[in-house]
Amino acid sequence: MTRDTGDSDRAFADRLRAARDRQGLDPRPKPPGEQPEVLGTSPLGLGLRVGLELVSALVVAVAIGYGLDILFDTKPILTVVFIPVGGAAGVMNVYRLFAPKPRKGSRTGEA
Amino acid sequence: MASASGGIDALSQFALTTHLGPLGASVNFTQSNVSMLLAAGLTIVIMWIGMRPRAMVPGRLQSAAELIYETIMSMCVESIGEEGKKFFPIVFTLFTFILFGNLLGVFPYFFTFTSHIAVTLALSLFVFLLVTFVAIREHGTHFFSYFVPPGVPGVLIPLMVLIEVISYLSRVISLSVRLFANMMAGHVMLKVFGSFIVMLGGLGVLGYPPAALSLGVNTLLIGFEVLVACLQAYVFAVLTCIYLHDAVHLH
Repeated sequence: MTRDTGDSDRAFADRLRAARDRQGLDPRPKPPGEQPEVLGTSPLGLGLRVGLELVSALVVAVAIGYGLDILFDTKPILTVVFIPVGGAAGVMNVYRLFAPKPRKGSRTGEA
Repeated sequence: MASASGGIDALSQFALTTHLGPLGASVNFTQSNVSMLLAAGLTIVIMWIGMRPRAMVPGRLQSAAELIYETIMSMCVESIGEEGKKFFPIVFTLFTFILFGNLLGVFPYFFTFTSHIAVTLALSLFVFLLVTFVAIREHGTHFFSYFVPPGVPGVLIPLMVLIEVISYLSRVISLSVRLFANMMAGHVMLKVFGSFIVMLGGLGVLGYPPAALSLGVNTLLIGFEVLVACLQAYVFAVLTCIYLHDAVHLH
């Protein structure tokens, strides 16, 4: 190793990068715009995530329906209405999870 | 470990007790709050002490500090875009707070504050409100077009808006329950297998092999818990970034 002189910072960075490449320490650079793929790396994790997405939408829908029922004193009706809507929202959540990535990016607003 | 009735008492570990004597009791200062302060303190210590040398070739602590910083910074820029740098402080705070909370919980005598739904729900509500606030500030009333998917026939729009709103609100639940359930399940498993060791060990010679097996399982579980602790903190931060991306870019 030579001693570092004033302008060798750049050379040092280059050598460091070359050494890290040799050892395979740096991950392959990801194409820009792609979201990091960590969610559901294992099948079990993915399955749990799908279940959670389905149930959480349903929980929100039932909470809204039940709350509105108490508000308007229409006990079972709005809860009953909101349950299928919540199920649909859950399916939508799951669809978003598996939807092809470019599609998600190109959701341009037309409304 | 095992309760007096001979059953396995796996949930008492999540019970809160107050600290700091009568003063702590009067303001409900529990061991959960102690852990939160510890987690926040650890973050400050690592970033402050670690970055003090400012060495070209970093030491261990500086490497740790730089690694956390660069991971979160690249996560922000990759998921949100260039605007992501604005949100770096909040994502970094959330990530380190949850990470150290989860990791502290793996050690004995420490409390895992992320194993309480109240804590994770508060965190995810905060993220939800932040994302909504950012979206409204960036786009004004145009934000509400987020709930109208493109290419939907006019008749279906009321239904789709309802579904989209529920789907949007369900983020709060899924974000909080994911973290809470992962942390709680891990600690319950540890406790159950820990109880097995004691109960089977009490049986005498016949109980030793299964007790040793339970000990082995618990050893594996501790390693697994460390993985889950890091992964869940990362997932929480990544999802925050993705939601912020949606808020900034809207569609």
